[in-house]
Amino acid sequence: MSNCWTTIQDYGLRSIGIGERILPKTDITICEQVVLIGSGLIWNIYFGIIAVFFGFWFALMLAIGKNNKLAIFRNPSNSFIFLFRGSPLFIQFFFVYELFVLLPKIGVTLDFGFLSFSLQTHWLTKAWLGGLFVLFCNTAAYSAEIFYGAIRSVPSTELEAAEAFGITGWHKFWRIIWPSMLRLAWPSYTNEAIFLFHATALIFFTGFPAWRQSGDALYYANYFSDRTFNPFLPYPIVAAYFILVTLIIISIFGFANRYLNRHLDVEQRTQIKLSINLLR
Amino acid sequence: MFNTCIDPSSIEGFIWLICYLTTAKHFAFYFSFLVVLLLLIFAAPLSLLFGFIATAGVRSSIIPIRILAKGYIHMVRGIPDVVFFLFVPLALDQLFEFIRHKIICFEQSEPIWRGTDFVVCKAAKLPLSTADLWVHQLYAFILALIAFALVFGAFAGNVLSGAMSAVPKAQTETGMAFGFTKKQTFWRILVPQMWVYAIPGLSNLWMILIKATPLLFLLGVEDIVYWARELGGSKTSLYAYPHPDWRVYYFAGLLVFYLLMTWLSGKVLNRLQSKLSHGQATMAGRELQGYQG
Repeated sequence: MSNCWTTIQDYGLRSIGIGERILPKTDITICEQVVLIGSGLIWNIYFGIIAVFFGFWFALMLAIGKNNKLAIFRNPSNSFIFLFRGSPLFIQFFFVYELFVLLPKIGVTLDFGFLSFSLQTHWLTKAWLGGLFVLFCNTAAYSAEIFYGAIRSVPSTELEAAEAFGITGWHKFWRIIWPSMLRLAWPSYTNEAIFLFHATALIFFTGFPAWRQSGDALYYANYFSDRTFNPFLPYPIVAAYFILVTLIIISIFGFANRYLNRHLDVEQRTQIKLSINLLR
Repeated sequence: MFNTCIDPSSIEGFIWLICYLTTAKHFAFYFSFLVVLLLLIFAAPLSLLFGFIATAGVRSSIIPIRILAKGYIHMVRGIPDVVFFLFVPLALDQLFEFIRHKIICFEQSEPIWRGTDFVVCKAAKLPLSTADLWVHQLYAFILALIAFALVFGAFAGNVLSGAMSAVPKAQTETGMAFGFTKKQTFWRILVPQMWVYAIPGLSNLWMILIKATPLLFLLGVEDIVYWARELGGSKTSLYAYPHPDWRVYYFAGLLVFYLLMTWLSGKVLNRLQSKLSHGQATMAGRELQGYQG
């Protein structure tokens, strides 16, 4: 057991470059597999949290745009959503990576006259930023569709009541539509978040290379499966980790769901119903 | 392909491009699009079959079958599919080779799993090491197909069992009242009626199946992603058609291919949905008949 403790010290933070550099090559123990794959999970959680957080706000903008009567707002939203929902995430990763590789390595200098700064484009070819960017766009597109549906199903009586009180414009949105929309969208959005978390497993399998063998959970699982020719241990370990995080996501989002529904009668409350998780 | 293409270094411009796009390797690339379509054509009915079996299993009165079917359907909920796609073909491959080893080389007593190695006798290898390349390709394709059918079967099972419980209870109860057996109500009342409820879920699944096909690449099949990387990579002057890194254009092409596929499918499925809704006691069906309210 003490042996396993040293393994945790060596490999616990291996995926972010802290600890022992060299991965175990021979006599791979179960402990090493569990610890290293768990260490890779840090990346999945990082991608998941950041993409969901920023994607949420962008999705909201897209949904409002899609709901707008004016074509100049509606069409860009629609095309963005179609582009990212209509193509496989896998191809998006490849394409965007190649696109970022083509960007000049030294960075782009933006000159606004009064202010000029150089953008460091080479970070975009790294998974932590480039992969995140794709995930962000992808989740924004899928969530936007969910939010749009929720905006459309806000009860018209609520809107009429608001108008009767003279609440219009942005005020109407933030005070009336937004709370109802969020409440209606939340169960689907929970599934979206779970789904996005599962999609993080794709990043290191696509164009984005792992730097110094610091990859995500699946990257290490694949490493062990290649090394030991035994897929029956590492992949179930990944699966177990993902199920664990999925349960955590469900409980956090369930907590938020109760908060959003606190003003309603018990029968009227929306329930989170787990839908099947599918690939993109 | 064309006579003008015999010496690529002497041609330029548009003709060069034509020649470049009609090389043998490019035809392999175009053929891989066909492989994707083939996979779709085979995987869709297979997964529907798996899903149907699982759904029937969930409703079975035999407990072990019910548990097995439920386990199968629920299994995919919490686990990323990529894990499945990596795991299932490998596991199947080992399973097949293990069975063949037990049958063909039964006199061999050495263990198959030696430490970290998986060793079966030469005759049990699948495909045989002497087999042609296309046999290896076909074998990888079939393994991938089974993986797709397994994963999407579980999804389809979910959709179908939801659709079955969406069929109004009164329908099955009427069947029972007429003295239909359980089997008869299932086949004659439940199954014909569930499709209209299943179509939205199944069309969603079809879209996802389309978007899952690039995962073939992970399974070692020379698919469109493989060829796009192979052909797009920068070619030095050693090659007949030297060019810089063009992978981004190839992937842009794939992106367009998939967008077209999903767009077309969306059109067709919408039409199918409205066709099936005709005369149904659903809101869509009523709206088709001009019912307001």
